[in-house]
Amino acid sequence: MDQRLANYGSVVGDAVIDELRHLGERLAGKRVINVNSTRVGGGVAEILGRLVPLMREIGLEVRWEVIRGTEDFFILTKNLHNALHGASVAFGPAEREVFNEVTNHNLDTIDLQADVVFIHDPQPAGLIRARDQHGGKWIWRCHIDVSAPAAGAWEFVAPFVQHYDMSVFSAPQFARVLDIPQVLIAPSIDPLSDKNRELTQSEVEEALARLGVRSDKPIVTQISRFDRLKDPIGVLDAWRSARRRFDCQLILAGGAAVDDPESVQVLKEVRERADDDPDVHILDLPPTSNVEINAIQRASAVVIQKSLKEGFGLTVSEALWKKKPVIAGAVGGIPLQIKHKYSGILTHTVEGTAFWIKQLLSAPEFAHRLGENGHAHVMNNFLLTRHLRDYLLAFLFVADGNKDIIQL
Amino acid sequence: MSADEREHSTRPFEFQSRLNLTLLTGIRAHDLAELVRHLKTAPGAVIYHHTHHFLVQHQFLSPEPPNDFAYWVTHILLEERLGEELAAIDILRFNTIRSLRDALVEVIDAHLDQTAELRTAPPGTEFHFMRSVSFVLPTGKRVGSLKEFHDALALVSLGSLAYHMFDARLRLENGDNDFSQWIEHELNQGQLAAELRALDPYTYTQEGLRRRIMIAIELRLGS
Repeated sequence: MDQRLANYGSVVGDAVIDELRHLGERLAGKRVINVNSTRVGGGVAEILGRLVPLMREIGLEVRWEVIRGTEDFFILTKNLHNALHGASVAFGPAEREVFNEVTNHNLDTIDLQADVVFIHDPQPAGLIRARDQHGGKWIWRCHIDVSAPAAGAWEFVAPFVQHYDMSVFSAPQFARVLDIPQVLIAPSIDPLSDKNRELTQSEVEEALARLGVRSDKPIVTQISRFDRLKDPIGVLDAWRSARRRFDCQLILAGGAAVDDPESVQVLKEVRERADDDPDVHILDLPPTSNVEINAIQRASAVVIQKSLKEGFGLTVSEALWKKKPVIAGAVGGIPLQIKHKYSGILTHTVEGTAFWIKQLLSAPEFAHRLGENGHAHVMNNFLLTRHLRDYLLAFLFVADGNKDIIQL
Repeated sequence: MSADEREHSTRPFEFQSRLNLTLLTGIRAHDLAELVRHLKTAPGAVIYHHTHHFLVQHQFLSPEPPNDFAYWVTHILLEERLGEELAAIDILRFNTIRSLRDALVEVIDAHLDQTAELRTAPPGTEFHFMRSVSFVLPTGKRVGSLKEFHDALALVSLGSLAYHMFDARLRLENGDNDFSQWIEHELNQGQLAAELRALDPYTYTQEGLRRRIMIAIELRLGS
């Protein structure tokens, strides 16, 4: 039998693993089906790829199905995603017909017989129509912020959502008032993945050498897509201002997708602004650069995530896990990961970011304490094992009814 | 050991553990008036959540305010005096969630009586009311003597510690923590039981609390 779960015992302690196994015993043999819209790419597929094998290991019968759709359908659901985030998009009868047609096709092809049907995001939400036929408890897992949607967007999904037994949101501020129970389950990082596992000093040094980064000056880093909402120009300006008082180098590392013209443009602007400064390293990394990102974070004196708008912002947890002092924008899920001046620094402006870069470089003991606190916070709240536990508890909760205390 | 004290209990202590799932109510407060209005009608599981989840989720903050109300009032509304008063509410004084709620409401109402203008939380920093659903599960650890108790305590999860020290007293309304109950009634060691009862568990980090209890037992075992 696969023993992957046991490997996490050395990170989170055996008592946590014992609790997970105990929950697994309570759910042994329960059939759970996950349905989302893609097998690879994106955070939802990545997390399912990690959680599904662990759920199977502790005794659940878990399947993972992916809906099939037409090009029209995926254009529609991309628009719907943007509109749920607030972008103005109109939805009429034609869109509803496209959505219903693809939903019907998937209802014909996916076997939805299960004790728990776990539907991820809006794309497959319409499958709820099979509920009366198949039974089981239905959970809608919403990974996006639906608190301030454009007119018509929520109305598009609401008729489906109201028929679920339960919904799951990543952050309190992403949710809205619903008639069905809403559970808070934050996303997580995997401490054993290449992006987060411990690296030896020589692994870190080799990776930095490959990337052409020297280690003779403290490193300030932001790891993010080249996207205006991550404000790479603001990071560059803040770093420049801080460097007048404290000599250091800057790494801006991330990907610029060739199919995303805006990211190519942003990368170009950042390069122009950096003006060939030898202390600025702009790294356009391929998506497989997990060990490199890990090494950069571990080699950094300060990590920045100066987002102007953010989903959950898990890069913050990645850096905190490596005990790094993090300066981040107080947006999206970031305040859940950082309590200002306890487990990191929350800022709102370029000037504030520059001020705190200087402060943290000048006060390494304080910076160290922030990193230690951040690590403890991530250990308790944002690791894969906590994510697994919450999903198992959600399955038990939905099966047991709406009680405050449940004896297992 | 005095004559009445027992080395072994006939009724073993069974360590249980507790895991919490957080539910969102969808209810938000933008200012103190809304906060207190919702506080008055919120279910006990909501009050429990906002006065206890901090202990587990932000262990490094202790001995900072152990409740969300104090944190929000101090750091978001910047009402430092009221925040201090809310943080200072001694949860150990209350044996029920209802009486704890009444105390929170009373402090905020007293502040509102003297306040003409209410500060509003900046957008995105509203207070979100949530509720904890607790799952209680056996750990399989059963002990009969104080030494065995001590050794098991070193190994159980923090959820187990929280269940026996916090939940048993306040949420299950047993009026006492489970450790003191067992040590007093099954081992007849009233002094040690009283010592653990007198600890303010809200002023420790969870690991700090575990160590503090273990040291008290070690001193007893060594004597």
